[in-house]
Amino acid sequence: MNKPWFAVRKELSSRRRTFLAVMSFVFPLLVWSLVSYVPFIWHPQVEVIEAGEVDYFRAGMLVDRTVFEQERETLRAEGRELPTGTRTNPVYLPAPHEVATALYTAFSTEPQRRNEKWLHESLANSIQVIFWGFFLSSLIGVPLGILAGTYVAVSRLTEPFVEFFRYLPAPAFGALAVAILGIHDAPKIAIIFIGTFFQQVLVVANTTRKLDPSLLEAAMTLGARNAGLLFKVVIPGIASDLYRDMRILLGWAWTYLIVAEMIGASSGITWFITQQARYKNFDNVFAAILIIGIIGLTTDLILAWLGRRLFPWQRAARA
Amino acid sequence: MIHLELPSYRDQSPEVADRFRRLKERPVILEVKGLTKTFDTAQGSVTALKDINFCTHQREFVCVIGPSGCGKSTLVRTLAGLEDYSSGEVLLDGKPVRGPGPDRGMVFQGYTLFPWRTVKKNVMLGLELAGRSRTAAEEEALQWIDLVGLTKFANSYPHQLSGGMKQRVAIARALANQPRILLMDEPFGALDAQTRAKMQGYLLEIWKNIDITVVFITHDLDEAIYLADRILVLKAHPGEVQELIEVPVPQPRNPSQLLSPEFLATKRRLEELIHPPGAETEEGVNGDRLNMVRMVPVNAKVESVF
Ligand SMILES: Nc1ncnc2c1ncn2[C@@H]1O[C@H](COP(=O)(O)OP(=O)(O)OP(=O)(O)O)[C@@H](O)[C@H]1O
Ligand SMILES: [Mg+2]
Repeated sequence: MNKPWFAVRKELSSRRRTFLAVMSFVFPLLVWSLVSYVPFIWHPQVEVIEAGEVDYFRAGMLVDRTVFEQERETLRAEGRELPTGTRTNPVYLPAPHEVATALYTAFSTEPQRRNEKWLHESLANSIQVIFWGFFLSSLIGVPLGILAGTYVAVSRLTEPFVEFFRYLPAPAFGALAVAILGIHDAPKIAIIFIGTFFQQVLVVANTTRKLDPSLLEAAMTLGARNAGLLFKVVIPGIASDLYRDMRILLGWAWTYLIVAEMIGASSGITWFITQQARYKNFDNVFAAILIIGIIGLTTDLILAWLGRRLFPWQRAARA
Repeated sequence: MIHLELPSYRDQSPEVADRFRRLKERPVILEVKGLTKTFDTAQGSVTALKDINFCTHQREFVCVIGPSGCGKSTLVRTLAGLEDYSSGEVLLDGKPVRGPGPDRGMVFQGYTLFPWRTVKKNVMLGLELAGRSRTAAEEEALQWIDLVGLTKFANSYPHQLSGGMKQRVAIARALANQPRILLMDEPFGALDAQTRAKMQGYLLEIWKNIDITVVFITHDLDEAIYLADRILVLKAHPGEVQELIEVPVPQPRNPSQLLSPEFLATKRRLEELIHPPGAETEEGVNGDRLNMVRMVPVNAKVESVF
């Protein structure tokens, strides 16, 4: 049976879904490999093998192709010894195999200076900062959002201010956070908190408001009011949407990590990336970026899987 | 309509007349006095209900019927306490109604089951809220589920049920609270004809077996006559009581009565009330008519459908 691949809003078979999911990674990898291994696609530079009689060339040096060709032309005209080299990509675009090796070596290489951290230490630190920032934000933001979505009075009392604060860029509070909370993890957690909290209140309030009002009415005719309505209808009614919101918000929290880790005593995975870029270890940079992606994707997959277990009534309802 | 020799819808056989006499001796459950409800909208205020008066007696089945937009839903929502009213009184057992409560069960036209709760848990909600222990609530809920014949589906989620089954759960859920009165707003409106007929049968069966007074909204004339002791006919703009008809069809009801002279006489009367002969042209003048031009291609193979 040959079902069409492109049918509007029709599910594909699970084999096709898996195939496409794999392809979504294979395509970018393929492009990257082509650019890295096939010389005539890009390779704008030349790695010098023998300097010849060009006085400023050194073996292993990267020069622009045009410069290299020019030098060769001049030397050829003068009949002197020519430099040799191979075409390469710039140092900031390492090939897949280099990054793959770096994925391993980045963990096993000792930090260059004593006060710097190993990659796994940096990672652990980052995850901790994210966790606490997101946890504290949710601890206040979720209940507040639910109340604002349920009671107009709470909504009017909080949302105008939250709406205003939401537009203030979280990074702007960096210096302030350091002044108040010191230079270690506390100000970083504060930045994640500020970046997440205000969005969270609004998103949760909106999700709460989207609960079908006829369900509330039905519950009221069954005798539910106030606390009963909140705990037996509103919260379970929005739980699955809330869960989805939290997954998205957690993604946002990661984006504030970059800012958070630059303030105070720099630390964490993004600091690791900056340091490695400074040393021109771009393979390590790519490896670290990949690790962030892998962590993010795995958490999300685990959360999605958990969501299906937590809300079994949702599965068929959506299909 | 073919003109049949029919009795007047007011003619009642001695048994039916006697039943109505006894019915009216029963205690009054719900009393509506001078109920008026206006909505304030951006376009000005709309009078949805104007000076509605009626009362229902214990274990009576009242249907409310009327053209679309005449305020049937508004009426039943007001009785449930979901809308507040502008003036007048709604009394349940002589006490004024304030806000929604478990003493008035409601079944909505849309399926309002809680999708995250199983059938059993849906029925249990009212009992939980009333402070019943978990086991007691569960036991009671299962009895009500059994009453509507859904024992096999007690642990299913609403999305796994058909429309008719969902409404049966909604009925069980409302009844589990043992309300004084069951309010139903076109509960079978979204069902197909066969399911609807079956549901009407179930509902009458349930009504026969438990002490419940029913106010049932519908726009289906047959449904109203088949189910009701009395039919409250509303007219639109503003919603007012046009007539309170005592249905002369003997109880208990069965589908064979759908063609009995009493049934047809009542139906003719309802049609007169709801679609009065002059109304058609009146609406036409108001522009509520299809504005058709022929849109068949000149070279169409089939020129006319007749
Ligand atoms: N929330 C509201 N705000 C303003 N006007 C309303 C509101 N609800 C109902 N109305 C108006 O009140 C009138 C009665 O509406 P209602 O829904 O009770 O009619 P209905 O008899 O149930 O109609 P239907 O048979 O189509 O369900 C209508 O004219 C409608 O426009
Ligand atoms: Mg209605």
